[in-house]
Amino acid sequence: MFKKKECVAMLLAGGQGSRLYVLTSRLAKPAVSFGGKYRIIDFPLSNCVNSGIDTVGVLTQYQPLLLNDYIGNGLPWDLDRTFGGVKILPPYQGRDGADWYRGTANAIYQNMQFIDRYDPDYVIVLSGDHIYKMDYSAMLAFHKRRGADCTIAVIDVPLEEASRFGIMSTRDDGSIWKFSEKPKNPDSTKASMGIYIFNKKKLFSYLEADEKDPQSSNDFGKNVIPAMLAAGEKMFAYPFVGYWKDVGTIASLWEANMDMLGEHPELQLNDDKWRIYSRHEACAPHFIGKEGMVSNSSVTEGCEIYGEVRGSVLGPGVRVMPGARVIDSVIMSDVTVCEGAEIRYSIIDSEVTVGKNARVGADRGDGVGIAVIGAGVRVADNEQIAPGAMLDPD
Amino acid sequence: MTAAGLIFSNIHDESLPELTRLRTMASVPFGGRYRLIDFALSNMVNSGISKIGIITHYNYQSLLDHIGTGKDWDLARRSGGIKILPPFITAYDAKGPGSLYTTRLEAMLGVMNFITRSTEDVLVLSDCDTICNIDIHDVISRHEETGADLTVVTKKIDNCGTLSSRHSVVTVDENDRLIDIAGYTPDMTGEVEVFTNIMVINRRYLVGVLMDAAAHGYSSFFKDILSRDIGKANYRAYRFDGFYSIISSLPGYFDCSMKLLDNDVRHALFGVEDRPIYTKVRNSAPTAYRNGSTVKNSIIADGCVIEGEVENCVLFRGVRIGRGSKVTNSILMQDTCVGQNVTLNCVVTDKNAVIRDERMLSGHSSMPFFIGKGLMV
Repeated sequence: MFKKKECVAMLLAGGQGSRLYVLTSRLAKPAVSFGGKYRIIDFPLSNCVNSGIDTVGVLTQYQPLLLNDYIGNGLPWDLDRTFGGVKILPPYQGRDGADWYRGTANAIYQNMQFIDRYDPDYVIVLSGDHIYKMDYSAMLAFHKRRGADCTIAVIDVPLEEASRFGIMSTRDDGSIWKFSEKPKNPDSTKASMGIYIFNKKKLFSYLEADEKDPQSSNDFGKNVIPAMLAAGEKMFAYPFVGYWKDVGTIASLWEANMDMLGEHPELQLNDDKWRIYSRHEACAPHFIGKEGMVSNSSVTEGCEIYGEVRGSVLGPGVRVMPGARVIDSVIMSDVTVCEGAEIRYSIIDSEVTVGKNARVGADRGDGVGIAVIGAGVRVADNEQIAPGAMLDPD
Repeated sequence: MTAAGLIFSNIHDESLPELTRLRTMASVPFGGRYRLIDFALSNMVNSGISKIGIITHYNYQSLLDHIGTGKDWDLARRSGGIKILPPFITAYDAKGPGSLYTTRLEAMLGVMNFITRSTEDVLVLSDCDTICNIDIHDVISRHEETGADLTVVTKKIDNCGTLSSRHSVVTVDENDRLIDIAGYTPDMTGEVEVFTNIMVINRRYLVGVLMDAAAHGYSSFFKDILSRDIGKANYRAYRFDGFYSIISSLPGYFDCSMKLLDNDVRHALFGVEDRPIYTKVRNSAPTAYRNGSTVKNSIIADGCVIEGEVENCVLFRGVRIGRGSKVTNSILMQDTCVGQNVTLNCVVTDKNAVIRDERMLSGHSSMPFFIGKGLMV
């Protein structure tokens, strides 16, 4: 059976996400819960399916158990295919020895055989730590139209923030003439979104060259892209307009969740034309009790609300008991907030119990940090958790 | 004992004409995100049954759409899984070629192939008008222990004022033997035991009686077979003591939906450990509550956007409630859109209904105001 795929996606999902601290102590960053019923990886996976890309290699390394389980055979994303579909690609032992993925470029290098099975003309490289809805097929059409060797998706960022990103300087036709990683004095506001489309042959030759260079840290941003640029390959910046957020820190994860709220949410997930798919358990619809009060919040299946919820995003199976209050917070799955407890400006990971009359965090304000409670923690009755505190399950 | 399932999707359609005009009883929406067949399917799947035939008759497009390949119930299998059994005109058909079956017995004669080619010891038969979460595995175990040919699942009802002629009432002796089964009549009073439309039957025994029925031209499973054999064969009753409801009219549907607002009822249906109720996954976003929304004592599915006031309601997936609107004691099905400053009380809307700004509609719990599929008010 010989078939061919025009474009294969390689999704880098091995990152530890150390700046998410306790939230990633037992799982990889792409598996972190987001927006109630999703995990971060649902966004690139759903984007692939919605863009007509049905072959996705997911490169895992750090704490892959939950991620493997979550992706499974790919059924929730319609990626359970006879030829193609989603495949988990952990580092493996080869003839010449075994190696961890040493960098983003090395991870793809080690899986060139996987890519070749589908004989694609193009390879799209994605990362598993952004929240966005994007049509990759439009980017691929742009790549083909320009006859590019490599196309990098960019988003306009405010000039004062540009020094936090990899910045592309482009000519009028969109071709890239300079790439600077986190420049002190940025001369452009086009930030790389970490989404690359390569012509497969070109990609393979640069990966092989990069692998032979002992000085290289085998990273796309640090090594491969600069090398291609130096060699004068045809490289273009694809301008993306829309919502895009890196959720690599506690603060940005909280913010991105809050972007689902408000009268006109910046992040609109209620979109029949671009659904975000996820794997979830069979739960009943949520229930709001007689004394329940919910406003400006996102609530999903399996929740039972007998208390007050304001400005918050709740995951599946969250119970807010009578007299309890949840304000300006992100609550992940199966959390119980007992009678009289209050949670303010916090992120609570899954399966946490907050005991009766306990206090977690404080009202948002200058100098007030987000309180974070790791998965499975039990906060005792009447316990006080200071704002900005971080509770580890261990 | 190995078991396969057989579900009757159209029987009892006529008891709920408003909601079955365009669909089967099996695909009547219920409880915010379910269809009635989800209970029968999930009960079987949760008891380890992985081969289920669904007998359809007419109007079954919505059912096919709901079931798909069966993967949401983990029934997309190479061997077994879901078998949709559409009408099959057979030589057994007493009314001549071209006519569809009209009774349960004729329906089963039409799927003789499914029954005879199965290798399982017993068949679990279920209709789609029954709402309960039951451990069928336990029924099968009891069936095996008692060496029964047929075990009917029954439920004691202490107030028979809620029953209709569509219910069958059984008489059971002290050893759980079935002595009589008959239609409900209004002269019955006090506590009665009703048949839940769920039964376990030995497959070989069923094949025997079906052959016999075909030979004699019988048409009613209960009147011509069960009643006739009740003294001779080993028929047993299994008393179910959990929450149970049979939908037999629109007010009954309304009443049963409102019972879900009771925590005990809701947990008995959806909160049973290891026995979840599965349904088609729609991947709706979570429900968005806007500033100023007030929701009390209601069941809300995903994908809703709520700006107004909601009390004592069941909202299905994708319902929108505009600002200034007040919706009470109502059931709004999938993608119903309620505009601004609307007042609804005791209203049942079918899918995709639209209620424009400033409208004021009210029914009564004994006769809810019904708005059909896709209609605009």
